[in-house]
Amino acid sequence: MSKTPIRLTVNGLPHEVAVEPRRTLADALRDDCGLTGTHLGCEHGVCGACTVLLDGEAVRACLHFAIQADGHAIRTVEGLAAPDGSLNPLQRAFWENHGLQCGFCTPGFLMLATWMLEQPGPVDEARLRHVLSSNLCRCTGYQNILTAVRTAAQELGKWREGATPA
Amino acid sequence: MKCPPFDYHAPRSQAEALALLARHGEEGKILAGGQSLVPTMAFRLARPASLIDINRIAELDTCRAEANRLRIGALARHARFERPVVPGPTGALLARAAEHIAHAPIRTRGTFCGSLAHADPASEWCCIALALGAEMRVLREGGERLVPAADWFQAVFTTALGPDELLAEASLPILGPDWRCGFAEFNRRAGDFALAMAVTALRLDVAGHVAEARIALGGVAGTPVLAREAAASLLGAPPTPDRLRAAAALAAEGFEPTEDAQVPADYRRDLVRAMTRRALEGSLAA
Ligand SMILES: Cc1cc2nc3c(=O)[nH]c(=O)nc-3n(C[C@H](O)[C@H](O)[C@H](O)COP(=O)(O)OP(=O)(O)OC[C@H]3O[C@@H](n4cnc5c(N)ncnc54)[C@H](O)[C@@H]3O)c2cc1C
Ligand code: FES
Ligand code: FES
Repeated sequence: MSKTPIRLTVNGLPHEVAVEPRRTLADALRDDCGLTGTHLGCEHGVCGACTVLLDGEAVRACLHFAIQADGHAIRTVEGLAAPDGSLNPLQRAFWENHGLQCGFCTPGFLMLATWMLEQPGPVDEARLRHVLSSNLCRCTGYQNILTAVRTAAQELGKWREGATPA
Repeated sequence: MKCPPFDYHAPRSQAEALALLARHGEEGKILAGGQSLVPTMAFRLARPASLIDINRIAELDTCRAEANRLRIGALARHARFERPVVPGPTGALLARAAEHIAHAPIRTRGTFCGSLAHADPASEWCCIALALGAEMRVLREGGERLVPAADWFQAVFTTALGPDELLAEASLPILGPDWRCGFAEFNRRAGDFALAMAVTALRLDVAGHVAEARIALGGVAGTPVLAREAAASLLGAPPTPDRLRAAAALAAEGFEPTEDAQVPADYRRDLVRAMTRRALEGSLAA
């Protein structure tokens, strides 16, 4: 199968790679760009482990072909920490609140939450639960992930108190 | 699994896309949001030889009100409808349903027209299209036709769309303030396809009587279905709780339910009654 050269901007850095059309964005990030932080669980849109930001929007990288992203900007979990490796407030909140156990789902949850926190307007409990219900975690039971993102939202001034659903 | 190989085309204009469709016919498929097509290919249930990616065709990225219709172009994504795109009942109904479609990161990509073309029996947009009487503008090289929703849905994942055709736009009536629209669906986990859903639209006259009524059910048969008898039973009288309850009971009887191990027919009928009643009551509560 012939390959097509494409240019991706990943976490602000240019990557020129050659891909078969059927190569997903997730596979291109992992295998062609060497950025294995983006995980693949189900490869059919259900688990959210592959969540990345494409031109600022959260997407399932397993349901997007890399060739479609030619010329576009992508952000992955590798772009969250500072260059010296220090964690950003969201990552720190996951660390401090036990928001991960095995860590397989974590890059997806981090990118999903990053997107939610960058949307205009505050986040309340209902919105938090609605958005985070997009992704699956087999370990934590979700409560500590919710706590971590809630804590980060508070720290970033994005939190609005509201009724907590039962 | 990984998708089977295909040739990739990224036309920049509608005309170019139609030419590609004419050339590839049965072997070619439109790639819109990819949120149904790519999983289907990953499961190897679909093996199109060519994909015609419409995402770079700016003229399809529209959603506008015109002559009392909301015209929704092929690249209008689900997320766009999470906030009302037009004032009044139509925009509010779309916003109410949008948050039930899959998950937020799928709604950033999936398209309204893609849902209509894919025609999943449990698609929220398909149910609304039937309830409100959508009209599809279908193009092929050198031709154009309009297909009403009533003729669009033919069977599970099967529509009136031909292999060389593009669904360029779907339009919905922009309903006035005398309409009351309701939506309710049931699923076991957030974001799953619904086991049953109901979309209702009632027009009330100055006396508060029901002058027009439409009820559509989704997720319960191979295509969305109209509950005609139930809707007719509401006409000419005020929508009292008793009448709404009776209409919901009629809706539950008026279709042939899909049956499977998890959802036996009588459970599905019971869900339809509950969803229809909730949609009707919710539409009048505001
Ligand atoms: C985990 C998950 C959960 C989901 N849950 C729901 C849900 O609860 N409710 C729901 O309604 N949907 C759900 N979906 C499906 C989603 O809404 C899709 O976005 C939608 O069904 C298809 O739209 P698309 O733009 O992604 O189309 P694509 O996947 O790109 O295409 C789907 C089909 O339609 C054809 N097509 C698309 N656009 C056109 C066009 N303009 N003209 C001609 N043919 C066209 C394609 O060739 C293909 O055959 C879910 C998807 C996933 C992955
Ligand atoms: S790997 Fe993409 S959603 Fe599961
Ligand atoms: S921490 Fe193991 S899957 Fe979420």
